[in-house]
Parts: sequence; C-alpha cells; structure tokens
Amino acid sequence: MTIIGQAVDRSDARLKVTGAAKFSAEHAVPGLVHGVLVQSTIASGRILSIDSRAAEALPGVLLVLTHRNATRLPKPSKPDPADGPPNPKLSLLQDAQVLYNGQPIAVVVADTLEHAQDAARRLQVRYAPQKAQTDFQIAKRSARRPPVQPDRPADTSRGNVAGGMSRAASKLDLVYTTPLENHNPMEPHATIAVWDGDQLTLHDSTQNVSGVRKTAAKTFGIAPDKVRVLCPFVGGGFGSKGSIWSHVMLAAMAAKQCGRPVKLVLDRTQMFGPVGARAMTEQRLRLGAAADGHLTAVLHDSIGNTSFVDDFSEPCCNATRMLYASDSLQTTQRIATLNLGVPTYMRAPGEASGSFALESALDELAYALGVDPIQLRLQNYAEQDPEKNLPWSSKSLRECYRVGAARFGWARRTPQPGSMRDGRTLVGWGMATATYPTNRSPAKASASVRADGSAVVRSGSHDLGTGTYTVMAQIAAEGLGLPLDKVRFELGDTAMPQAPVSGGSQTVASVGPAVLAAASAARDKLLVMALADPASPLYGAGPAEVALENGFLLRRAAPERRETVAALIARHGGQAVEADSSSAPGDEKKQFSMHSFGAVFVEVHVDPDLGTVRVPRIVGSYGVGRLMNRKTGHSQLMGGIVWGVGMALHEKTEIDLRTGRALNANLADYHVPVNADIGAIDITVVEEQDLHINPLGAKGIGEIGIVGVAAAIANAVYHATGKRVRDLPITVDKLV
Amino acid sequence: MQSIFYERATDPAHALKLAQQPGAAFIGGGTNLLDLMKGDVERPQRLIDISRLDLATIAALPDGGVRIGALARNSDTANHPLIRQRYPLLSQALLSGASAQLRNMATLGGNLMQRTRCPYFTDPAFDMCNKRLPGSGCAAAQGHNRTHAILGASAACIAVNPSDMNVALAALDAVVLVAGPRGERRVALADFHRLPGGTPQRDTMLEPGELITGLDLPPSPFAAHAHYLKVRDRASYAFALVSVAAALELDGGVVRQARVALGGVAHKPWRVAEAEALLVGQPLSAERSRQAATRLLAGAQGYKDNQFKIELAQRAVIRALSIAGENA
Repeated sequence: MTIIGQAVDRSDARLKVTGAAKFSAEHAVPGLVHGVLVQSTIASGRILSIDSRAAEALPGVLLVLTHRNATRLPKPSKPDPADGPPNPKLSLLQDAQVLYNGQPIAVVVADTLEHAQDAARRLQVRYAPQKAQTDFQIAKRSARRPPVQPDRPADTSRGNVAGGMSRAASKLDLVYTTPLENHNPMEPHATIAVWDGDQLTLHDSTQNVSGVRKTAAKTFGIAPDKVRVLCPFVGGGFGSKGSIWSHVMLAAMAAKQCGRPVKLVLDRTQMFGPVGARAMTEQRLRLGAAADGHLTAVLHDSIGNTSFVDDFSEPCCNATRMLYASDSLQTTQRIATLNLGVPTYMRAPGEASGSFALESALDELAYALGVDPIQLRLQNYAEQDPEKNLPWSSKSLRECYRVGAARFGWARRTPQPGSMRDGRTLVGWGMATATYPTNRSPAKASASVRADGSAVVRSGSHDLGTGTYTVMAQIAAEGLGLPLDKVRFELGDTAMPQAPVSGGSQTVASVGPAVLAAASAARDKLLVMALADPASPLYGAGPAEVALENGFLLRRAAPERRETVAALIARHGGQAVEADSSSAPGDEKKQFSMHSFGAVFVEVHVDPDLGTVRVPRIVGSYGVGRLMNRKTGHSQLMGGIVWGVGMALHEKTEIDLRTGRALNANLADYHVPVNADIGAIDITVVEEQDLHINPLGAKGIGEIGIVGVAAAIANAVYHATGKRVRDLPITVDKLV
Repeated sequence: MQSIFYERATDPAHALKLAQQPGAAFIGGGTNLLDLMKGDVERPQRLIDISRLDLATIAALPDGGVRIGALARNSDTANHPLIRQRYPLLSQALLSGASAQLRNMATLGGNLMQRTRCPYFTDPAFDMCNKRLPGSGCAAAQGHNRTHAILGASAACIAVNPSDMNVALAALDAVVLVAGPRGERRVALADFHRLPGGTPQRDTMLEPGELITGLDLPPSPFAAHAHYLKVRDRASYAFALVSVAAALELDGGVVRQARVALGGVAHKPWRVAEAEALLVGQPLSAERSRQAATRLLAGAQGYKDNQFKIELAQRAVIRALSIAGENA
C-alpha cells in the first residue's frame, strides 16, 4: 500500500488547534513597532493636505507616512511576460491621487497598536474630490476589451454562430449577473518588515513568497537576494494573497524610515478594497439548440468590473470555451472601469462566475426543450477540447454524472417546477457541471536524509490550510522509501528551493513532482552508497535488485537481507545525504488539454411564503486524477462547495454608489455560510488515471469544488419554485 | 480606539454617581458598545463598568410574573427555567439573535440599548447620519436601504432597531425598571424605544445618567401559544429582515387575547392594538390573520431596496400566528 492517497491526518492540525502555529503577525521581533494603514474616504480626487500635527503630538507616535514624506521609489520596470500575469499596480504614496474609496493614503507607526490607531484617526485629510464612476450599470456602456494576456484571449470564436443560431429549433437570450465579492480568509493580510542594513526580511501572509520577494526587490530597487520572505502558515488566502498588495511594501517602507521593525495587520474592514475582490459581472448567454438538445450555437458575452488603478479581467468565458461540443461558439470578455480597488483572482476565477451563467442557461435550455439536464449535457459531451482541438489528457465527466446522479437519486426527480414538496416546503433538485484547468509551473525541492534516518524535505511553497504540509510529506515518504513519521516537510521561505504561487490549484501538480524527484534522488544516493559498501547487506547486488522500503535498504528477492538508513549513514561518517531537484512541465500542454471535471447535485428547500432557501444536501463527484490524500482532498472539495453555497445565497459586497464605499465591510454584515446553512455534503472522487499531466497524475482540487455550485442551487430553486433567479445572490427578496 | 477612563461601579448608587461625569457611558457585556468605539462611532470619555453589580438575578414575582436583572446574560435568560416555562417567546427570540459567544456576553440592559446596524450610522466615513451627527442628513434614504424601516420612519432617519429580544418583550408587555438621579421609575417597553421623528439621535426615552436595573414581565397567558419567527438572509447569525413575535391566549380554539409585534421594520418594535383586536373573540383563521397583518402594516412605506419587506412582513405575521396557534 502506498503512502500517497491515504487519508492521513493533517500534520499541522495539532499546531493549529493548540495555537502553536505561528502566523505572520505572531512572530516576536525585538524592537517591533506597529503600523496602521489609513485609507481614503473618497472614491476619486486628489489629496489636498494631510494634517498630521495632532497625530504626531500623541505619545508613542514614531512616523506618519504620507505622499509628502514617502520614500521616492524607482519607476516600475516593464513587467516581463515570462513572469506570468503582472502584479497589480500598488498604491505606495507616490502621489496625491485617489482612485477608489479605501485606497491606502498613509501609514501611522507607533510604539503600540493602540497608539497607532488613536493617531491614525486624528489625521485630518482634505480632498479635492472629482466625479467618481461607481455604477456598473453606467460603466458597462463604455466597456472595453482588456489588455491581451498570454493564454487568455478576450475574444474567441469557432464555427458559424449566425448559421448555428438560424437553424436552432430553440433559442435563448439571457442575462446573468454576479456581484462584487471580497475574500475573507480567517487570517487577514499581515506583514512584519525587518531591515538589517540593506537586507529585508518579511514575515508575510502570502500564497507567493517568491512573488513577494520579487515585488519587494523591484519596488525598492534592491537585489532579490537581499530579500527574504517567510510564511510557514497562511490562515486562508483564496486568491487574495496570491498577488502582492500595497500594505506589504508600505510596511517595509515604514520600517526603513523608522529604523525599527514594523508590523502592519489589516483589520477586517480593510479586507474590502485594497487587497482585491471577485469582480462583479454581467454575462449574456445566447444558446441555440436543435430539438434533441444538440447545441448549434453558444454566445457568451461577459463584462466584469475593473479599476482605475489597474486592469483585471474576470475570465468568465474560460469554461464555456471548452466544456461543450457546440457546432459554433463565440465569446467576448470586456471590462468596465470603476472607482473601486482592482479585482483579482478569487477561488476559481472565471469558472466560478462563468459557470453560474453557463450552467444556469443550460438548465433553462433543458426546460425549454423538455429534456433532462444531464441528458442535455451528455448530448453535447465534448470528446475532445473543442477550443484547442486537442484530446483530453483524461476526462471522467460521464462517470461523474453517473456516480453523482446515482448517489443523489436523480432518477426520482420529477422535472415540473413545484412538483416535489415536503409538506408546505417546496423541494427542488438541480445540477451543474464543474470544470477547472490542470495547471503546473516549474518548482524546485530539496531532500536531506539525516544520520538518524529521518528526512527533511523542503520547497518554498505554501499551505493555505489546504494540506500541503501533509501531502508533500506523503509524496516525500513515498519517494524516499521512509515511513511517513520519519519525514518532515518544510515550506514558506524564500531561502528554500523556489516554488510557484499557490494559486490556480497548481501546488500539488507543480511542487509534488519536484518533491518526488528530490526524494527519489536522495533515495538513489543511499542505494548507490549501499551497493558500493562491502559492509552493506546490499553490497554486490545490481541496482534493480535493491530497494529502500519503509526505512530499510533491502534486497528485493531476499527482504530479510536489509539494513536501516541510519546504519548506512553512520558507516559513512554520519553526514546527511542530500539531493536537490527541479521539475517543470514539458510539452504535454501542446499535446493534450488538461482539466478536472465534476458534477454537482443539490437539493434545496424553499419556504413558499417567506422565500428562505435551505440546502439540506449536496452531492459532488469529481474526476481529478490521482488524489494525494483522501481526507485533505475531500476537505478541499467540500470547502469549495461550502463557498459555492455562499456564492449562491449569501455573498455580496454592497457599494454605496455616491461614495464608492463598501457598506458591509465586516463579517456580521458580509454574509458567508454559517454551520447552520450547510447540510450533508457527499463527495466522491472517481477513479481516474492520467499519465500525461505530471509524474504524480494529480490534478488540482483547490478550486473546482466551488464551480457549478451556484448554478446547481439556482437550478434547484427554479425546480422548487418556478422562479428563475439570474442575479446572485439568491436572497429572500428575489423569491417573495 | 481613543484613550478613555475606566471606572468600575460597586453598586447601583455608585454607578449613578459616576455617570454624572461628562462623557460617561455604562458598559455591561460590551458587545455593541466596544464595536462602536472601535469604529469611532461612539466616543465615551469614561466607561462606567457595571458588569459586577448585583443585577443578574432572574426571579419570580409574587403576581406570577418574572423580574430579570439588567445584567442577566442573554444566554442565561434564554435558558432559565422560569423564562422557558412562562415566556418561551422571549427564550426563542433571544436564541435567534447573534451567536452563542455574543449571547454569553450580552446583557438584558445592553440589548435594550442596542443601536441600529444601519451602515451609514456604523461607519463614520459617511458624513450624513442624523443619528450620529444630528442635522447632517440621512444617507440611507437615498442610499442602500434594503434592511431599513417600512414603518414609523421619518425624513430624518429610516433606521431600524436590530434587537430580537425587544420584539418579544414588546409582545409580552414588559416594563423597564430605571434608576436615576431623581429616583426610580417604571417605563412600559412600548414607550421605552422611540420613533426617530426629528431627533433620531435618541433611541430611547432614557435620560442621560439613568441606569436600567431590570425588567418586569407581567404574568403571561401566552406560554402555550407563542412563536418568534425570524426571517433573515442566512440560517443563523444575521439580523432580521423582518421578525414577528406572536402570542395567543386560546380558549377552546377561540382567541381570547393576541399580541403581535414586528421587528426589523421600524425604529422600535411595532405593535398595533387594532390589529391584535381583529384576532380576538373567534377561532384563529388564515383570513383573520391576514386582516390583522394588513392592519399591522397599514401605512407601511418602502424605499428603493426594501419594498419587499411590506409583503414579507405580512406573510411572516400570518405564518407566526399559524405556528403559535398550533403550539400546545
């Protein structure tokens, strides 16, 4: 039995529940002082003056950093396309311009947090406000094509959509909207910046330690090797910590000016604006289909909000482009500029919002044609990627539909809306397809087997609560041939071998192969040592005749002829045996289209009078390649589904249109699901062997869980009530 | 947070004396006040900590009622045998509010004094809020007002009282016990909270320096037939869009007395005697409930985002009465 795949408990669980895990703001640094971020209270205009006299007169205040005294930074260099999507432009107090309500405009530093907070609220800011654009309904009229990003065209088309539409027996033309949402990980963004001469150390809550290093080096015009970034634990990121935001660099700037280490923690309210958001979108879906459900044309036009700070385009059409084998397809992605903070990636960017529109529209088509929603999807099943014209590396979506439907009991569904009741409660069953690409980036790792026979394996990756510590230790143990409890995995440090951003569900697929390679290389070194060592029971055997299993070097044909790793190393001077390795994707992306797929089935109960929606059960079935750890894997998928419930029923950042200011910037008023909102969640991962994607055969699972859930719930609500809600979230007012 | 003085009162008389100082405010559980202080909405100069006063007792009154001390925690009140037996409506209302952690801290007196959750009130970056800055205007009237009042609002303020407890107390005809520099007084709950009128900065009729010491619940004939219904945007830990405290005294199926109070719709719990009277003297029926609901909502006026509440509140009244009528 292999260690990979086992339902191993999280290795960091005890540290977290006992409070022993040190998060970014919890590091004790001698001489630490406290910074508070001050934000604009207008959406557009210029700062005329910031009177800091009252603040500076308070005891303990060390620095009031504003655009008047901020360090003048080198002009940002042109982003290198090889680096992937560029980091959002930052607000680093280089000028007096205000582009959104909540923009960082000052940092106050004091000896205690309380002194800094007290001083921060005494700043007198005078503005020359300008007219702001905060209304998406107006801004969308001048929506524009986003700047081209590699791999992500704004527009695509295939086939003849006009022809496809003209011969369609059934046509739909529908508009769906999704609201602005803000990431709310339990741990807000937090940074401790420490300068030692020209060496900068950052304890930062991030999904991308090497990205923070690169941005800090560029920002301050110093060499990357002068910057070290540490992040052993992340209390959730969801994409907001994948980019690097202004407060991180401002903490470093303030620390430099004070000559003291500075801690800067965002409070909950500050999570709503300067650290990204899921863009609000309006999506028009036009579908044409033959009477049997075959799609003759699909047109998906999406507009997402962007900002005046920088551009971000929510790629809502991604899934539409590859999910169904329509005769023709046309997609456009546009951006509408608002005086809001720049949006960014949020769990399943594009797929989460886009699938709400696409999978709702398919449900509407199923009703228009009188066919079963699963049958409609099977009728248009894509046997290969219709966008890239490439075979799938693997695809188990048919099996996902079958398994999910069986576990849910879909066959008992009566399609007529309102036809399934439980007393006075309306019962609705809905489903949707899920998909997410399988990403992979280059990564490095190192393995060190020590004299006591234990190993430390390292890669500068991240554990966002996802289980990276645990599954990498499993992969390393497997590669090394050591028991799991002899392997420690370390991450979250730029001094370690470099790993990519933990985003795009790519950590296992990227870092896992590097860890496996480093572990295997260390194991091979040990075996080579043993084969050449006359004192070893393995001496004289051929390389194919020996193995390292469960901590023992042994002969395969005679496993009793064995010795421990510790014994071998002891005879060789007790020096640790080390190996470094790197791993990178090859040209498999040119040969195959690589995606995870899944199907999600939902039951809702709707109160016909009061409009309240409850979700007593959800069944999700997924084809995600090889699962590294059934426990953490299921938890990941389940977490995505839970967020999908929130997306469907709860989440929306409410913006005051006159001021561009968030009205519910706290966790009492910004609703995410509470325990009482979540019923039974049944998860199945179907058997799937994928030999093409990476040496582990593992597809990403961090994001696919949320995809399709909002549509499945909306579809179930329609089935229950006959009311089609095309604007998320589905709240009481839309159903009474 | 700005610097403050903190003083701990040893008994109610001491508390009243300390409260005579300028800028003084009482603090009990602090679940609302501390949030507002952190948000720079409330700026007391002195906190008079009354949490150690001997005012947490819940005890039966000779007349069959119950007295609840001002410092009784929400969770203790909700779970007290006397409350569960005699006033299950209050128990339900308390348990539908906030979270377990907040209920363990929050006090009866603090809940009575709970301030509105109108976002234009709770964020001082908005320069218009008559409740926070009298005379500055009401940003909610032309702003986002999905959770705002549909009854009893004024041009100056359309905020709602967020408390669940208050709604049940209104239906139960509770009486607030107040101590002040000029002695003690009793105030009917119906009169305790104010409509905003032209002075929305005043939530209650409490005078500066007065202290809530407790609350009397009169003997209740409603224990068998009462229901608190809360409609909200998620299953727990959300303020009411609308809520209903419905209480019936049934005699052989005939309604002898009825109480219906609405929450989430006005600056105070909303009761209309004529609506309740419509229910009395005959069996509970859907039609009568509908008439009572219509009467209760008479004069309701919605704003841009909260029109739905008018219909929702009526449906909630009908539902709550129906459930109350079923209870045994």
